Amino acid sequence: MLAIETSCDETAVAILRGNGKLLASEVASQVTLHQAYGGVVPEVASRHHLTQLRPLIDFALSRAEVELKEIDAFAATSGPGLATSLMIGASAAKGLALSLRKPFLAINHIEGHLLSPFFGCEIVPCIALVVSGGHTLLVEIESFANYRLLGQTRDDAAGEAFDKVGKLLQLPYPGGPEIDRRARDGDPMRFDFPRSMLHSGDFNFSFSGLKTSVRYLLPKLDRDCTNDVCASFQEAVVDVLVSKTMAAAKSHGKRLVTVSGGVSCNSRLREKFKAACAENGIELLIAEPKLCTDNAAMIAFVAAQKFARGESSPLSADIDPNLRLVA
Amino acid sequence: MASIISHSPQETFDFGAKIATQLRQGDVLALAGDLGAGKTHFVKGLARGLGIENEVTSPTFTLIHEYRGGRLPLYHIDCYRLESTQELAEIGLDEYLGADGVTAIEWADKFAELIPDDAKWIRFFARENDTREIEAAL
Repeated sequence: MLAIETSCDETAVAILRGNGKLLASEVASQVTLHQAYGGVVPEVASRHHLTQLRPLIDFALSRAEVELKEIDAFAATSGPGLATSLMIGASAAKGLALSLRKPFLAINHIEGHLLSPFFGCEIVPCIALVVSGGHTLLVEIESFANYRLLGQTRDDAAGEAFDKVGKLLQLPYPGGPEIDRRARDGDPMRFDFPRSMLHSGDFNFSFSGLKTSVRYLLPKLDRDCTNDVCASFQEAVVDVLVSKTMAAAKSHGKRLVTVSGGVSCNSRLREKFKAACAENGIELLIAEPKLCTDNAAMIAFVAAQKFARGESSPLSADIDPNLRLVA
Repeated sequence: MASIISHSPQETFDFGAKIATQLRQGDVLALAGDLGAGKTHFVKGLARGLGIENEVTSPTFTLIHEYRGGRLPLYHIDCYRLESTQELAEIGLDEYLGADGVTAIEWADKFAELIPDDAKWIRFFARENDTREIEAAL
């Protein structure tokens, strides 16, 4: 299985054998490029997908020591994401499938994140939290392709809140890892930021009010409070994510919790999930760090599940920038 | 010119829903105001007022969200991360402005020169006691 992921700012190609033998997983990150802009700029992104994709496919093939003609199927992310970026990966995969007379599979980016903790393993029932720059959702998984959306963000994604607060604090892009680093030297109890929707009785999230309270606190502070702001802000985000996920596991009778997406690399999030799961006798599965940020291995994994079930997508399958996990 | 004082995100939402009833195909709403002033909540209200049922979330990361299924399509654009007018032009701003729906642009004041002359400006100001003044030039 050769899979291409170009939904946002990373160009990624992976080659997977069977269910979990990863032969290559290459990411040509554009982080350096986007640092100059303080964020992801779509046109910059798509132009670079275009120049990087071909050499990256060749590189992945040589890494995997396979030839193009040995690939059984081609997959690409078809959404959600930036239309101009998605189109490039999907067109490339379709072109390869067409010319080599192999099946094409259109894959949902969120499903890629969702199943990444199970990479190489069987998918078993659980409560899954997906937290990234563009998405924050809680899903009940029964089995492959059998998902129920329990809740999602009402406004900003958790990763976006990290990014925006990073920018407010004038930290380098991306804000998430930098806040994580600074929070280690900060006091998480120093500022009592709101835990939005903690007791809303549902499984939705809201991080827009939290961002706003950081915004209005800053002018009142000295610059040297940055580490404490980072720690307190991070604590507020993590508290809500952990407590809602644990509540979902309890109310749905699930003994396993999975966490994936870029924000699951956050060290405090991992720490608090470990503690909460241990306390409640719930098993915890967090996606490997290399599968947390955008990558093509997770897309290949989902594609392999579909392929094994005899599924494929028509070459006429269109990209969908607003694609949903559950219709 | 209509100006209101909003005491909560809910009131900002309701104001958006009210404005939505007056909107016509091709209308452009240029939103300006600080981070956390209520621009996204206003657009959530717009969507509801247009009869769109999907949840409106911040397009900061993806820059453009499209919502269909209401009286008119709604295009929600966020200029927060953009650094130059060229970048805004390159994401296809003109295509949305000339399209079949309503376009709401957050942080429009960053690139006022690209905003059409007939755009309706909505400005958000943080006032005392966590209230917001919303000034709409309709």
